[in-house]
Amino acid sequence: MLLSLLCVFLYNAALGMGCMSTVLSGWFHLIPRLSSIVPESCLLIVVGLLVGGLMKLVGEIPPVLESKIFFLYLLPPIILDAGYFLPIRQFTENLGTILMFAVVGTLWNAFFVGGLLYGVCQLEGHRLVTVDLLSCLLFGSIISAVDPVAVLAVFEEIHINELLHILVFGESLLNDAVTVVLYHLFEEYSSVGSITVMDVFLGIVCFLVVSLGGIVVGAIYGILAAFTSRFTSHTRVIEPLFVFVYSYMAYLSAEVFHLSGIMALIACGAVMRPYVEANISHKSHTTIKYFLKMWSSVSDTLIFIFLGVSTVAGPHEWNWTFVMATLIFCLVARVLGVVGLTFVINKFRIVKLTSKDQFIIAYGGLRGAIAFSLVYLLKTEHFPMRNMFLTAIITVIFFTVFVQGMTIRPLVDLLAVKKKQETKRSINEEIHTQFLDHLLTGIEDICGHYGHHHWKDKLNRFNKKYVKKCLIAGERSKEPQLIAFYHKMEMKQAIELVESGGGAKFPSALPSTVSMQNIQPKKPPQDRALPQLSKAREEEIRKILRTNLQRTRQRLRSYNRHTLVADPYEDGWNEILIKRKKMKELEKKISQMNNYLTVPAPPPDSPTIARARLASDPQAWGLKSVTESIPTIKVDLASPQSPESVNMVDEFGKKGSQSKASKEEEGGLTMKVPSPTNQRKDKTADEDNDKEPQQRLMRCLSDPGPTAEEEDEDEAFLP
Amino acid sequence: MGSFQSLPDDHQYRTLSQKTDFSLEQIAILHNRFKQLSQNEETLRRDDLKTIQDLESNPIRYQIIEAFFDRRNFQKDGVGSVEEIGFEEFLTVMSYFRAPAHRITEEQREEMRRAKLRFLFNMHDTDNDGTITLEEYRHVVEELLSRSGALGRETAKGIADAAMLEVASISVGPMAPDEFYEGITFEHFLKILKGIEIETRMHIRFLNMDTTVLCKQHCV
Repeated sequence: MLLSLLCVFLYNAALGMGCMSTVLSGWFHLIPRLSSIVPESCLLIVVGLLVGGLMKLVGEIPPVLESKIFFLYLLPPIILDAGYFLPIRQFTENLGTILMFAVVGTLWNAFFVGGLLYGVCQLEGHRLVTVDLLSCLLFGSIISAVDPVAVLAVFEEIHINELLHILVFGESLLNDAVTVVLYHLFEEYSSVGSITVMDVFLGIVCFLVVSLGGIVVGAIYGILAAFTSRFTSHTRVIEPLFVFVYSYMAYLSAEVFHLSGIMALIACGAVMRPYVEANISHKSHTTIKYFLKMWSSVSDTLIFIFLGVSTVAGPHEWNWTFVMATLIFCLVARVLGVVGLTFVINKFRIVKLTSKDQFIIAYGGLRGAIAFSLVYLLKTEHFPMRNMFLTAIITVIFFTVFVQGMTIRPLVDLLAVKKKQETKRSINEEIHTQFLDHLLTGIEDICGHYGHHHWKDKLNRFNKKYVKKCLIAGERSKEPQLIAFYHKMEMKQAIELVESGGGAKFPSALPSTVSMQNIQPKKPPQDRALPQLSKAREEEIRKILRTNLQRTRQRLRSYNRHTLVADPYEDGWNEILIKRKKMKELEKKISQMNNYLTVPAPPPDSPTIARARLASDPQAWGLKSVTESIPTIKVDLASPQSPESVNMVDEFGKKGSQSKASKEEEGGLTMKVPSPTNQRKDKTADEDNDKEPQQRLMRCLSDPGPTAEEEDEDEAFLP
Repeated sequence: MGSFQSLPDDHQYRTLSQKTDFSLEQIAILHNRFKQLSQNEETLRRDDLKTIQDLESNPIRYQIIEAFFDRRNFQKDGVGSVEEIGFEEFLTVMSYFRAPAHRITEEQREEMRRAKLRFLFNMHDTDNDGTITLEEYRHVVEELLSRSGALGRETAKGIADAAMLEVASISVGPMAPDEFYEGITFEHFLKILKGIEIETRMHIRFLNMDTTVLCKQHCV
């Protein structure tokens, strides 16, 4: 097979290498011990070295990583993947820190390395004295940028905690603007020869334009993509295409104007994601996810292999002093930068960065292919020392990727750095996160100062009111986040259930033995009049109920007829919601079927879903206090809930009238023990009125049938 | 607050500062705000808080306002609620939102976490029986979704039920069909919210900035 691949090389080096790389990267994962010690990026570089060596032996000229190919085809998929799946919440929470590291840290690195290298060059004399300050600064600026590709490749494997991950990764993404500006500035100034204060000022302005311009371009394309996705409900197949095309156009547009393409891509992905995901179909979402992962994976592999090959191929000029000095200064600059900046940043942070965190951040400053490509772009006429730069850069890249990449995992374990928590986000956490957001906003309003939460809340409200309406199609534009999260979870559970064969097992998050049964509030003994059924009766009931399983809904939650409510607004329901609810209940039925029965709920076409609707004053009547006082109840039913208590009557097969309801209410809760047959919903037709109230009570059972502890509950309510 | 009056205030502030760990400037600022809200009276009432315009759009404003008048938040074993509060109680409630100091021990951190979660728990447990029942939890979710109309009300129940199921399964594990899960106790509440770092998330920055000036147009 190797021979045939060699032949392919002879005809098309790049193609051959591409195939080989994918094959080999597949093989690596079959050697578990190897992949746990050595990060994949190292292995790929080694493969590249081997391939390059092989090609040289054969006599072919190994291809070098063309900057054009790199920047236009290999880099965008990785950045888009990163930007689209960027965890926005953590990113914005730590934005200040990330920006400090990205901007100030990179500047510090650039000037430190550049300046000191210049000093070394001057001191060294003979060959190096020709290297002028600007060239050194340019070199410094290229090499100081932390590389997102390398960081991703290494950090993905070590599963470090989210804070550190987003700090290093965010820094690697945002420092692109700084790199671009410095690179172009120094390149321009090198040809001019000298710089003035005005130029420095212009440089700052340039930086702002490049970064903000990039973000704006990205955001515009993101909004366009979101807007387009609103109308794609009839052409679902090409939805993923829009995402990719718009993002790529954002990148290209930014690059054309010498703005920061990476920032444009990140902005585009991050802006469009919430709206696009609300609009596109589930399948498109899966397609986008897997395509992005695939493309970024392929790019990643190719980049590292090309790096290896270029090392073998590229023109080299080794100069011990320069290379060693570069390496040492890079490391020192990174450490000093991180420590110094953290000292300043910690004054403003609530969650301070410990020294362990600082070590990981400093150690995670890997350099990669972007630096290499940028040096490769330099023209030899302007920069006679280009080859030396190239060699130095490759050495630094190799060092960081191999040494730092390989040792970071044992170091993380040694230092016991917090790892990523694998727990799924639970609905409780989601509820409380939202609750906390509102609470903190409220407290800030009471305090009177417009802080962080206030503005975030304002932004959210603006988003909900105007932006979502434009960009999200149909009903989903009004869907609050909590509901969206809940539906997503339901969907996931439903899919899991279907995939697991629809067996008795309820989806993984919830063990099958905790069910609605267990959390439904039991009526306190004196509130219920439960019948005493013989075993035979029980069996009969169960059989009848089972046969009607399909049509039943989840039984009523409430046991108190005061809160048994039929909402007059429920007629105009969202059809999808109904279907989802049915599906969910079907699942629940399936899981419960083996253990116990449920009391039939009203038929699906009734306008009721019994809801425990509290009166508008949230504090006054906790439901429990009402129930406890049921025997001597004095609640005026008519007032807060009159429309609903009237409708409740309808719930029972649409018979009865207002008078009956009111008669019942006045009669309090003196109930007779009913006959069990009244339990069943579908046989309501021949019941007489007396039995009806009892039946209503029966429907409120939250247990499948009487059990031992309920046998003493058959007394009448009223004492 | 002239210089003449600052002497007795200073002493009062010092005791408050010791009690609630706020700095003297922060207490002074909050006192200004208190006076502004209560229209220079000694005590604050619910209506005073209801006049704050920014709170109008907050879905849980009633719970937040109630929390200020809930005796359980003032001292360890208080019960019930009061009609009006003084500055000390106001400050006590605000102190729940302080950030943890940089160098605190694990115990202190845990203590702070419990205190904050207790505050949240009290907000949910409206009838003060020590558990959050399904109804109370439903109410919480309904309030959160109260701005979403009919769609919200309908799914609120489903969400609350799912959440309760989750708590039951995490805290108690497998349950037989006739066992009953009473409600979320404080210990269970601690357990389910372990994932959120409450002591750092539940804080606001009490800046050393006199905000009453900024606020004059909006408030009162």
